[in-house]
Amino acid sequence: MKKIISLLTVAVLLVYALTGCGGNKEAVATDGSTSMNKVIGALGEAFENETGITVTYNATGSGAGIQAVQEGRCDIGLASRNLKDEEKAKGLEGTILAFDGIAIIVNPNNPVSDLDVETIAKIYTGEIKNWKEVGGNDAEIVLIGREAGSGTRDGFEDITDTKDKCDYRQELTSTGDVITTVASNPGAIGYASLASVKDTVKALTVGGVVASEETIKDGSYVVQRPFVLVTKKDATLSESAQKFFDYITSKAANEIISGAGVVPAK
Amino acid sequence: MKKNRLFENIVHGIFLILGLITVGCVLLITVYLIITGIPAIKEIGLFNFLFGKEWASTAAEPKYGILPFILTSVYGTAGAILIGVPIGFFTAVYLSKVANKKVRAVIEAAVNLLAGIPSVVYGLVGMLVLVPAIREIFNVPDGASLLAAIIVLAIMILPNIIKVSITALDAVPKEYEDASLALGATPTETFFKVSVPAAKSGIAAAVVLGVGRAIGEAMAVMMVAGNVANMPSLFESVRFLTTAVASEMAYSSPGSLQRNALFSIALVLFLFIMLINATLNFFLKRNKEK
Amino acid sequence: MNKRKFYIGFTRGAMIVCTALTAALVLFLLVYVLVNGIPNITWELLSTKPSYLHDRIGILPDILNTVYIVLATLVIVLPLGVGAAIYLTEYAKNKRIVAIIEYAAETLSGIPSIIYGLVGMLLFSNNFGTSLLAGALTLVIMNLPTVMRTTQESLKTVPQSYREGAFGLGAGKWRVIRTVVLPGCVDGVITGCILSVGRILGESAALLFTAGFAHALNGIFTGLTSPGATLTVALYVYAKEEGEFGVAFAIAAILMILTLLINLSATLVGKYFAKRRNI
Repeated sequence: MKKIISLLTVAVLLVYALTGCGGNKEAVATDGSTSMNKVIGALGEAFENETGITVTYNATGSGAGIQAVQEGRCDIGLASRNLKDEEKAKGLEGTILAFDGIAIIVNPNNPVSDLDVETIAKIYTGEIKNWKEVGGNDAEIVLIGREAGSGTRDGFEDITDTKDKCDYRQELTSTGDVITTVASNPGAIGYASLASVKDTVKALTVGGVVASEETIKDGSYVVQRPFVLVTKKDATLSESAQKFFDYITSKAANEIISGAGVVPAK
Repeated sequence: MKKNRLFENIVHGIFLILGLITVGCVLLITVYLIITGIPAIKEIGLFNFLFGKEWASTAAEPKYGILPFILTSVYGTAGAILIGVPIGFFTAVYLSKVANKKVRAVIEAAVNLLAGIPSVVYGLVGMLVLVPAIREIFNVPDGASLLAAIIVLAIMILPNIIKVSITALDAVPKEYEDASLALGATPTETFFKVSVPAAKSGIAAAVVLGVGRAIGEAMAVMMVAGNVANMPSLFESVRFLTTAVASEMAYSSPGSLQRNALFSIALVLFLFIMLINATLNFFLKRNKEK
Repeated sequence: MNKRKFYIGFTRGAMIVCTALTAALVLFLLVYVLVNGIPNITWELLSTKPSYLHDRIGILPDILNTVYIVLATLVIVLPLGVGAAIYLTEYAKNKRIVAIIEYAAETLSGIPSIIYGLVGMLLFSNNFGTSLLAGALTLVIMNLPTVMRTTQESLKTVPQSYREGAFGLGAGKWRVIRTVVLPGCVDGVITGCILSVGRILGESAALLFTAGFAHALNGIFTGLTSPGATLTVALYVYAKEEGEFGVAFAIAAILMILTLLINLSATLVGKYFAKRRNI
């Protein structure tokens, strides 16, 4: 009996304590693109080490992140694409943080090492179905893509002009998963944020251009998209959020951004 | 004395409320799913929603047909039952009737472990062992497929089937079996022609329970099935009702038709489960009455 | 006669093959996960949080989150489940109410966790944010039937004569429950706890949308109000989202060992109480 009463008391206390310390004013809430995991993680960690303010990152996807800022559910939204006009019309503002290449990746055992954008589009729409048509082995091409709503998928389909026309074999929910799947399947092709590409897969050159910091910066590597910080135009950020915003857009943050594998905007 | 009675009544009231919490939860879940599930169905149209063959939730002209998910869930569950039930059934008969005490204890512990393993662990092993194996053995371009999901589900429902069947088989009165043996039947014949029929509603309950678990599993299936909204076919990558909800939920924005349609899928899944529950209850009751 | 022999041979063979298959399957899973996982379990992994700057993964936050969510869930579910069981065995006279409550409990245990995840998201996360607490409350609903059932089973074994004796001495109903009934259901409560912990450890689909998947290192109170991944969710994230299979296997091995321990303790507790009862 005593046990039950004490349990109940603990429960009540717990609920009380929870409501008591609900709002943690210090934290900066970010929400959005899964591709920005690494860069925001690194920036957030460095910022926390310097100021003691924690940065939370909710990896939901570009569209959901933009929505979250608009509804005030987070301080800074993260989008791995430019804002659309109708989103700007709703009072949102985008600040480009960095540029990220979308690497076109294949299995390391695949002899193919270069494709141009047009051929990539033909492959993804199912017009080209076998690797031998593009100079590879006689094997069926396995198309690996991302789920609907992903910024990487948006960016890729935009650039290759294959919107809603891709004939995916697998739709995976994250960058890491695409890399793993391509690494384990000799016939696979996929696209993933260059920042996350590991040596378990081979990144193709696109139209003869290697994806690198320079080629992304000068625009010669065409399969790229911006990482955008989304904020409300007329609302001011909280003190800690403004600090974080200033910190990550400052020159000092460039080293960390490059360290995370993407190209700083400034 | 009066005060005492009041106190007793209050205590009674508190316990009554506690007792009714489960009922409240069921009602809450049902009502919530219906409220959130109906709007999208209304907007899309029941027929288009249930029998539409195409799901393209983020296309310029979005299409919300969930027939591929429904059929995948049905085929996937049927496949898992087809593989899992015979294996589970024979194992249960062996453990209940043939195995000696020690063997039974060891294998029962093993089955309990199987039941306790988190579904993501099944998914992990499936991803790294099963999917490549299917690609190699059947010489298909990619192993993430309905077949991979079926095998994982079959393994996951195995412990449910074995445990419930054993309970039913253990409850068969010894006299039945003795009578059969006395008539000259061999032990094996006795087990399958006397004990099994006597335990048949318990075994049926085991199968239905397996159906329920298979149709409701999300994470393990998500890790091995490839997640494309294709019409089901054994070596194609497919999406189940559960994985349809899980894979797009995080990316859909609140209030959008896409998210509401996901809630509608959950409602459809819930209706399936309720139907299965009712069937299960029917078999369990019949078992009890006997 | 031949047909009969074939039938006997076939069924005997099928039984042995199927049992062997089941056993082999478990053995394979156990060995595969442990062999791949245990070498990856390092002290650094267990004692740090993930760092992007140092490119290192640590699962301490996930371990703590798991502990927090288990505690919070049990603290809430125990009084509810035990209370419901007491109502059913001690108070309810109306058979229909009992049937309804039991049917509701069965329904709850049949609902797939992904649906709990959705409803939990709507009910809890939308009100007080994606947090461990929202996850715990979702788990409370999921585990309520388990605790209720195990308590009920153990209450049924309290001899009716005890209750009658206490009533005969002039005790009120509440006093009888307090002094006779509650002590009798300790074993049920403990078994219910063990089963619930097992279920919480294995849960992922219901937590993904309610508790989120952050890896921040927090104390219990901030922890409960902020999003966080439990070990199982972390396993999913590392395996599926980040392709870090070493870490995933390490977590899988830890979960496997915990499952074994939980099963073992459930058996031992059952045996211990059965023994005590027989004396």
